[in-house]
Formats: sequence, structure tokens, C-alpha cells
Amino acid sequence: MNILKLLDKLSDDSFFTKQTSRLDNLSDITSFGKKAAVAAIPLGLGSFMATSAKAETTTIDPTTMKSALTDALQLALTLEYLEDEYYAKGLAKPNLIPSSDRVVFQQISKHETAHVSFLKATLTSLNVTPIAKPTFDFTVNGAFAPMDDYQQFLILAQAFEDTGVRAYKGQAGNVMSNKDVLQAALQIHSVEARHASMVRRMRSNKGWIELASGGSGSGAMPPATNAVYAGEDVTMQAGFNTATAFGAAAGSAAYDEVLTTAEATAIATLFID
Amino acid sequence: MKKPINVSNQGATLDTSRRNFLKLSGIGIAVAGLTLVGCDDDDFVYNDNKIFDLGMGDVGVLNYAYALEQLEADFYTKVVNSFYAGISTVEKEVLTDLYHHEVIHRDFFKAAITGATNNVLPTLEFQYPNVNFNDRNSVLATAKALEDTGVAAYNAAGKYITNPTYLVLAGKIVSVEARHASAIRDLINPLTAAFSGDDVVNPTTGLDVAKEPKDVIAAAGGFIKTPFTWKERGIN
Repeated sequence: MNILKLLDKLSDDSFFTKQTSRLDNLSDITSFGKKAAVAAIPLGLGSFMATSAKAETTTIDPTTMKSALTDALQLALTLEYLEDEYYAKGLAKPNLIPSSDRVVFQQISKHETAHVSFLKATLTSLNVTPIAKPTFDFTVNGAFAPMDDYQQFLILAQAFEDTGVRAYKGQAGNVMSNKDVLQAALQIHSVEARHASMVRRMRSNKGWIELASGGSGSGAMPPATNAVYAGEDVTMQAGFNTATAFGAAAGSAAYDEVLTTAEATAIATLFID
Repeated sequence: MKKPINVSNQGATLDTSRRNFLKLSGIGIAVAGLTLVGCDDDDFVYNDNKIFDLGMGDVGVLNYAYALEQLEADFYTKVVNSFYAGISTVEKEVLTDLYHHEVIHRDFFKAAITGATNNVLPTLEFQYPNVNFNDRNSVLATAKALEDTGVAAYNAAGKYITNPTYLVLAGKIVSVEARHASAIRDLINPLTAAFSGDDVVNPTTGLDVAKEPKDVIAAAGGFIKTPFTWKERGIN
């Protein structure tokens, strides 16, 4: 089927009335394998093809299926590449992470690796080529030494996880058109929040963000990370004052805020060579 | 002054209109201080003992979230009103913060839903038959279950929301619930993988649990005394 016929079908409203999916469970997507789904309609398009359930070969140009949804996934993938490499590097560095803390970072690392695979497979199923892994500089031109100093490793880990939570949240609107992708995004987003809470608490912070502060005392965050926490101090949610009951710290902590695409990209870019 | 008449559906015939009220047979009526002579129809407020339905579309999802936040708020209120024996300073701080956040979430939903519809979930009654509020293990295990359930509920409910503003609001809350869950799990099994364990995060995909409303209510329903339905989501 060529692209013109495909677009013609997509403009037919009846194709949007039934949500079909070639996979029962989006988590099966990784079983596509390395030679992904050549003979099958991609997941995203399959859900449009309500009235033709069988697989067809396609010759669609990968660049034509780019959309706000796939851009959101590429941003997520960028952040996951970053975290994945960061933790792999940290775990591989001798004498960096104390043995007492290794289990935690092994678990986090396992998840970030899984997220990279999952997002790449999802993009591929939507017939979009996943972006390549960037070259990262976690020192930010020598400003940080996270692979030499464990306290700095923890600081950046906290920054990355808190950023991830806000970045995914900021993309919810862009992915809500595809129910499977939205749900998967939510399911990754909550994992990042679990990570963030853990790393924060390992730094003697609360697991949640109070006001616009990354932390206090020995858990304080350097000014270079201010962008990660900017805007977290809001206490009005849809006209409701969240500070009334217990004060601004509690009210602001009860909600995590979004980062826009531009804000999330700016933070990630700091670490890309 | 309104005089409340509590009408029970037990044995009632189908016609429940106010006009035909006095013609109905077999209804149990409890009326306080009423004499029929000189009573105006408008003096009465009818409380029908029907079961509340969460509603359709986004209203249903908001009421669902409100129900779960009511449960969490109720639970943590009990916890902080009588902390378990031997509680540590850190644990007290965590549980107090959780109490604060869930009460805020609950009150937020009540306000938001009230602004959007008349179909506002009433205050539910809860029960904790197997929870010992004076026992650390019991309290933390229950907190863990409630937080994990909250995360799973929001993760699956997101796709039922049509208004992007509501989706973002739900998103702002679910990540906080996940932070809670992580903290509780770490209090139970410190510095292990439990904060984000394989029992909730799929080790292959890295995805957190997502549970359909039916399954959430089945799991959490034991705590909820007041029945309600969500017919649109198959909860009857």
C-alpha cells in the first residue's frame, strides 16, 4: 500500500472508531527482535486500520511519520540514553559507588537500559527511526567530576531523575492521542519518580520536592541544577490553593510540575558533547 | 426549614416521582417531627438510598481518583493520630508528609469535581479489619499497598481522560504517589532494590504496574465500606 492510499484511509473517520492493536500488551514490543517488524503494520498505524486487520508490507518513508508524539518519544529516548550511560559508567568505575549502595544503582541502571530498548522498539513500531545515542559529557566541560567523586555522582543522579519525572510529564499531552503509548509513558514516568525519591533520600533529602529547592543541608543541590527545580514551588493547582492546609512546602511537594520540551531539552543538552 | 424524608427502595414500586409519592406502597419512610397537615411539598428533601455511580467520561475518572485519595487520606489520618510504637524520627516525618499530601490531593479533587459537575462522590466510609495501627510492619505494609495501588490506578486511568488539563493534573499527582511508594518500600527494606522492585517494575521493559479500575477496586475494595459503582468501567 503506498503512502497516498494510506493517508486516504487515515482521513476516513471510521478508522478511528475502533482501537485495534497488533500486540495485546505493549510490553511485548521488545520481542520484535532486532529485525523489527518488516512484514507487519507498525503498532501506531495498526490502531488506525480498524477495518483491515491483517498485516501488510509497507514502504512508508520513516521520516513522513514524524509527529508531536514521536518527537516526544525521541526526547524521552535521549534522556534514557543519558541515564543509561551515566549509571553504566558509574557502576563500572572502580571504587566510585560504595558496596552498600550498589544494589540500588544496579536496579536503576537495569530500568534505564530497559527504557532505552522499549522506546527504541516503540519508535520503530511507529515507523520512525530512533535517534542515535549522543556523545555525553557528564563533567559538563570540567564543571563536575561525577565519576571521581561519589557525592557529585549522587548530585547528578538526583538531577537526572527529577528531570526525567518532569520531562515525561511535560510530554503527556503530546502522546495522549495513542492510548498504548500514553500508558507506557505513564508507566515509565512513575518508575523515574521511584528512582528520584530513592536517590534524594540517599542524599538525606525528602523523597519529594518542597518549594523550588533541590534539597537542603548535606542534600543541597548546586546552583547549576536550578533549572531542574525552577517552578516546583507553585501552590495553585487549577484554582485550588494547595498551601492552605499545611503550608507551602507540603502544598508544593504534593504535586510535581512539568518541564516543557524546550526546558527538558536545555537540561539534557548541557550534558551532550 | 427542610424536613428530610429518607426513602428506602425496599419493596417500592417503580414510580418514585414526587407527585405520586403518597400513592407508593411498601416504602419504608422515616420522618422526623412531621405532621401531614399544613406541610408543603417544598419542605421535603429526598435522600434516595441509591448507590452512587462515579459517572461518565472525565468526571468518572476524577471521582475514581477522589475515591482513592479519600482512602489514603483516611488511612494516614489514622496513622498520624496514633503513631505506632517505636516509630523513628524519619518514619514520623515520612508518614506525616504522606498524610499532608494525601489530604491535599483529596481536598483538591473534591474542589475540582465540585466545580465541574453535580455528580460529586460523597465522603466514603472506610474499614481496616486486618490493620494494626500500633504495629510498624502492619502500617508500613498497608501504606506500601495503598501507594503502589495508587500508582497502578493512575497509570491505567490516564488513557480514559480526554481533557489534557486533567491528564496533566493526574500526572502531577501520580509521580508523587510513586515517590511515596518508593520511600515506604525503602523504609521496609532499606538500601535494597525494593524501592523499585521487580514485583512492581517489570525487569524487561522497565514499566511500572498499571491496573485497570476493576482490578484496583477489587484489590482496594476491602477497605471501602461505602459501595459505589462505575458502570462505564464495568464496576457494578
